[in-house]
Amino acid sequence: MSKKATLAPEKTFWQKSRLYVLIILLGALYVWSFEGLQFDLAKSLDSLDEAGRIVAGVFQPNIPFLFEEEGVLEKMRESLYIALLGTTIAAIIAVPFGFLAARNMSKKLRFVSTVGKRILNVIRTLPELIVAILFIVVVGPSPFAGVLAIGFHSIGMIGKLYSEAIENMEEGTQEALVAVGANRLQTLWFAVIPQVLPEFLSYALYKFEINVRAAAVLGMVGAGGIGTPLLFSLMGHTWENVGSILLVLVPTVILIDFISGSIRKRLV
Amino acid sequence: MSNRPKPIRSPQKRIMTLLLLAVLVFLYIDSVVHTEADFVELWESLPNMGPLFSEFWPPDLTYFQTILDPMLETVRMAIVGTTFGALLAIPIILLASRNVTQNATLVMLARSILNVVRTLPELLMASIFVAVFGLGPFAGMLALTIFSFGIIAKLCYESVETIDPGPLEAMNAVGANKLQFIGYAVVPQSLPSFVAYVLYTFEVCVRASSILGYVGAGGIGIVLKTNLDNYRYENVMSIIVFTLIIVVVIDWISSTIREKLL
Repeated sequence: MSKKATLAPEKTFWQKSRLYVLIILLGALYVWSFEGLQFDLAKSLDSLDEAGRIVAGVFQPNIPFLFEEEGVLEKMRESLYIALLGTTIAAIIAVPFGFLAARNMSKKLRFVSTVGKRILNVIRTLPELIVAILFIVVVGPSPFAGVLAIGFHSIGMIGKLYSEAIENMEEGTQEALVAVGANRLQTLWFAVIPQVLPEFLSYALYKFEINVRAAAVLGMVGAGGIGTPLLFSLMGHTWENVGSILLVLVPTVILIDFISGSIRKRLV
Repeated sequence: MSNRPKPIRSPQKRIMTLLLLAVLVFLYIDSVVHTEADFVELWESLPNMGPLFSEFWPPDLTYFQTILDPMLETVRMAIVGTTFGALLAIPIILLASRNVTQNATLVMLARSILNVVRTLPELLMASIFVAVFGLGPFAGMLALTIFSFGIIAKLCYESVETIDPGPLEAMNAVGANKLQFIGYAVVPQSLPSFVAYVLYTFEVCVRASSILGYVGAGGIGIVLKTNLDNYRYENVMSIIVFTLIIVVVIDWISSTIREKLL
């Protein structure tokens, strides 16, 4: 008897045919997708001039545009403020939702946490910019609409992260407090909050990083911030203005990621 | 020696804390002023929202048929964009993972590229591509390619770095070349999470795709903008409801597959 290296077990007929069906389905999906996206190569070769102008413009930023009134720096500050206020609002409103959705907070009533999770999912589903458009209809095209959009949309993700932090909490302290006769509010205040607070803060900061990026495009639908001049420069093909916006936007986002990331590392 | 209850905080530390608090308070006040945040007005205008939203309601269901084509275009853009993004991401994932690429400069370079790419908003890229290639879904597809490339590469290099080092060492020990090393030790371990992340990114891209039309890059966004500009709010509501349905269905399919994978 020769020793053979053990091979993977032979695939059964069903496994094989399932694989083939999957491949065929995937192929059909791609054919369907590509078919819809017709593309004229000859036409796009003509547009290479424009591409050249874009590259040339973006790398020769319009420096005075940075410091003007309503210029890049001022609008960037507005974007950061939109992200800051929006995230703070969401981080506060998300607390009750987080407790509602955490499974270990409502042990007797299973459906409560299911309902909480569903609500958070629905909030998260709506694309941010669509929420922004809705708030613009309500409060008019202003940075405040952006704050509200970010504040509303972020509840979904922050609330979900909160509930996971609560679910992963250590039960010991809670049981100890219940054992000495603490009421629900006391257990919450002395056992739950001190444990989850650093994680809550860390998640809120993480969402803040994401929201800085989001706040940069809100202006493109009219909700304030750097997106407004960005849209105008893009539509007017003033590529040197796009360049000056990128000159500020890219380092700002990277810097905020870095600062927030190092704070988060210390927190948890 | 003595059981001191708490170390006394040094005055410097206290000043630092106070300073930090002051900065935070200033930032919040300044931000409320700058963003024209007026919560009183919001509260007072809340009752007015009823009539406003009644304009949105009921969504015109027959309108679904009219917007079916741009909706499908949105999904197509997301499928093709995510696929190309995933393919482009593969080399940079390998370059950015410290356990695959030993050269520290290369790793740094790959990560810096990723950092810059991820700061570029998808709407910005979409409008640049519209300027080059003209209005239409092709520009949106390209924007989504770069957008998904950034997300997939970031998520994947982090997961590649956490794979079991055993097989990697084994491949090195038997003298495998780089290609064999990747093919037999890295790929089998990271393929499931790669596919899962691609699917997750696809979900994100469907959402992003629904808005790209705002700058003329194809899909449902163009129709959304036209209706908003003409104050056809009942149509706007149909578009939002339809988008929600599509997003929920795709999220559901994708997360079911992802759960099976991991």
